[in-house]
Amino acid sequence: MEELSLLANGFGVILTWQNIGLMMIGILLGIIVGVLPGLGGPNGVAILLPLTFGMSPTSAIILLSCIYWGALFGGAITSVLFNIPGEAWSVATTFDGYPMAQNGQAGAALTNAFSGSFIGAITGVLLITFLAPRVAAFALEFGPPEFFAVFFLTFCSFIGLGKEPKAKIMAAMGLGLLLAAVGMDTVSGDLRMTFGSRELMRGFDFLVVVIGLFGISEILITIEEGLAFKGKSAKIDLKVVLKTWAQLPRYFVTMIRSCVVGCWMGITPGGAVAASFMGYGLAKRFSKEPDSFGKGNPEGVLAPETAAHAAGTAALLPMLALGIPGSATAAVLLGGLMIWGLQPGPLLFTEQKDFVWGLIASMYLGNIAGLIIVLSTVPLFAAILKVPFSIIAPMILMVCAVGAYTVLGSVHDIWIMALFGIVGYIFKKLTYPLAPLVLALVLGDRLEDAFRQSMLTSKGSLDIFWSNGLCGSITTIAILLLISPAFGWIRDRIKASKSAESKFA
Amino acid sequence: MKISTLSVATCMALTMAAPAAYAQWQPTKAIEIVVPFSPGGASDQMARVVQAIITKNNLIKQPIVIQNKAGASGAEGLIDVASDKGNPHKIIVASTAIYTVPLASSVPFNWRDLNPIAMIAQDQFVLWVNASSPYTTVKEYIAAAKQKPEAFRMGGTSSKREDQVITAQMEQATGAKFTYIPYKGGGEVSTQLVGKHLESCTNNPSESVAQWRANQLRALCVFDSSRIGYKTKITETQAWSDIPTCKEAGLDVQYTMLRGIFMPTGVTAEQTKFYVDLFAKIVATPEWKEYLEKNALKQEFVTGEAFNTFLAKDENRHREIMKAAGFLKQ
Repeated sequence: MEELSLLANGFGVILTWQNIGLMMIGILLGIIVGVLPGLGGPNGVAILLPLTFGMSPTSAIILLSCIYWGALFGGAITSVLFNIPGEAWSVATTFDGYPMAQNGQAGAALTNAFSGSFIGAITGVLLITFLAPRVAAFALEFGPPEFFAVFFLTFCSFIGLGKEPKAKIMAAMGLGLLLAAVGMDTVSGDLRMTFGSRELMRGFDFLVVVIGLFGISEILITIEEGLAFKGKSAKIDLKVVLKTWAQLPRYFVTMIRSCVVGCWMGITPGGAVAASFMGYGLAKRFSKEPDSFGKGNPEGVLAPETAAHAAGTAALLPMLALGIPGSATAAVLLGGLMIWGLQPGPLLFTEQKDFVWGLIASMYLGNIAGLIIVLSTVPLFAAILKVPFSIIAPMILMVCAVGAYTVLGSVHDIWIMALFGIVGYIFKKLTYPLAPLVLALVLGDRLEDAFRQSMLTSKGSLDIFWSNGLCGSITTIAILLLISPAFGWIRDRIKASKSAESKFA
Repeated sequence: MKISTLSVATCMALTMAAPAAYAQWQPTKAIEIVVPFSPGGASDQMARVVQAIITKNNLIKQPIVIQNKAGASGAEGLIDVASDKGNPHKIIVASTAIYTVPLASSVPFNWRDLNPIAMIAQDQFVLWVNASSPYTTVKEYIAAAKQKPEAFRMGGTSSKREDQVITAQMEQATGAKFTYIPYKGGGEVSTQLVGKHLESCTNNPSESVAQWRANQLRALCVFDSSRIGYKTKITETQAWSDIPTCKEAGLDVQYTMLRGIFMPTGVTAEQTKFYVDLFAKIVATPEWKEYLEKNALKQEFVTGEAFNTFLAKDENRHREIMKAAGFLKQ
């Protein structure tokens, strides 16, 4: 157990008053960054990077990684309260978190979200602590066909596990893929579908689209249903935390499942966004009452949050062990490492023991501190819902607009946001699912790149996806998942015909 | 004795007068450094090092803000600066992409829409292979690649950009055929090479140095007219200066990449001069030298007419190579 002594050493490095102070500041800043839609983890970390130039690398990474933890926690808050995902990975949290808040259970929803986040993050850290070198070696196995297989699996599981009509899921996914293709194409090196517009050249930013699809469309629907001038009742009581915790053991299996999915997606760079959707999809699939999902089932909050955080944390592993960023925020942290005079890469673990194990120790402490801070704010945030909608709606709109603008500092994006608000409204009216569109928009270009890189290698032969056991088995599972609804349909038909026979016999 | 005191006094008087005479323009608000790449990449790091040097040495009173505008392979940032005519509070960290992107794609941009400030470094390219591969020299490698046309996978950043231009030059020089596979960034390419999903790549030194030191990659040659100057041991056995040039190793291909600073056109000569002077101060700091050495960047500081001539010549060179490779847009 060499890791344990190194970890103890790491705790020794970070347990100074200065570092603990930085940790608290980082978490608070991170929560703010996470709550404001559009600002986001990568931007928040990049903005604060210059503050750390004068610090020791260990103090600097503690501050910045705590901003990351804070942002991971904070992203859930606006999802639950206003149906506006503060971060991309909290989109799935809105599905049940927002209905729970509408039913007057905002406190319980937030507690579930935060507890799920914490459990996911700790699982991710444990993985980093004990398995880093082995997992890093496994990550090297992934070339273009393997990446394609992982993304393909994500898409197929969506179609296979989704409860909505398959055609609607695929239509939404198709639109998402189309939107993801706008802008510069990596493989051909030229622009696509920009129609000579300068604003379209950079493509559709995911956060701008999500703020519109979820936040704006929700406001439109609420207005249509009639403006309520009374706030929702929400009890300001810390006991809600304890009551929610008492329920947690019931969802043990869901949490394990989400942790596994999250760690897997974090290491193979599927990322936190895909992990949160898969966590949600699986929880719904294996639930005894799948119909209660989307209407305020606490499991629907717990599952995506746990998966997202396990993935977000595990994504730091390839960064530390290999020097490749598993997420956008990790990429900024990598840049920071170099400015502080450290060289990320395979030797970081052996050459910079104090730094690496200090960072890992700070992941434990940072998440514990984060959980305490966010839980203590639950009553405060839940109380926001007491404010009547007619007062809060204009404020939400303003925050959305500022958020959309902040992503890239472009006024044009505010119009894109408004446009997608209407798209979201139409989707909801026609009961098309939004999640497949969002997933396709996030992963679409990486799916396409991986596919075309594989095709370049194989000269156009699809055999490459079965060229080794790893990608062959993932691709096969993906296809089985895709056609699994057909099995159910055939089984039902056989049953139906049998029962029909027995009737006649 | 008297004369020297006098001359010292004159010098002091001159140096004190000089700023008053030239630096009439000073920034009046925050300066924005546009980075036409995503956070974490080589250009982004360079911008952040510049920011750190200015802040630490207190070179400007105003704050520095870094804006990443990475859309459309960086064209978003370039066009943003080009269309902000007359704004003296905006500069951009640019690279060879200022000609390769408009040459290869329909992006409406020309580097002449920018006001060149200075070339602050040249980046090198190295031919890397996996350390467990049997090739220890360029000759062995090229011979093997020739035997199996299109079976050797060459990885690089983006399409029809620096890495693919080098690959095309290698093909033109040797007659070998590679399968070029574009990725989003050099870090990813390096890892893919370690994982043996590629046979080789032409990453910048900074993009692969970590894997080189960990003995996962092997450096075959550097695509420059002379070896890299840094003599400190990087791996257990090798320094940057131990890597032969490709030409001396038998592969006559040369390529280096410009890293420079530009600003919008339509600003006054004084404002341009302010930035030229600022960067002259930045490149003289020990922090900058340390940064160059760490990333094996070639020291270079070219401004004014010389820089303009360089840009025009370099653009023509790219047009010719890219034309021969069939990369020019239709």
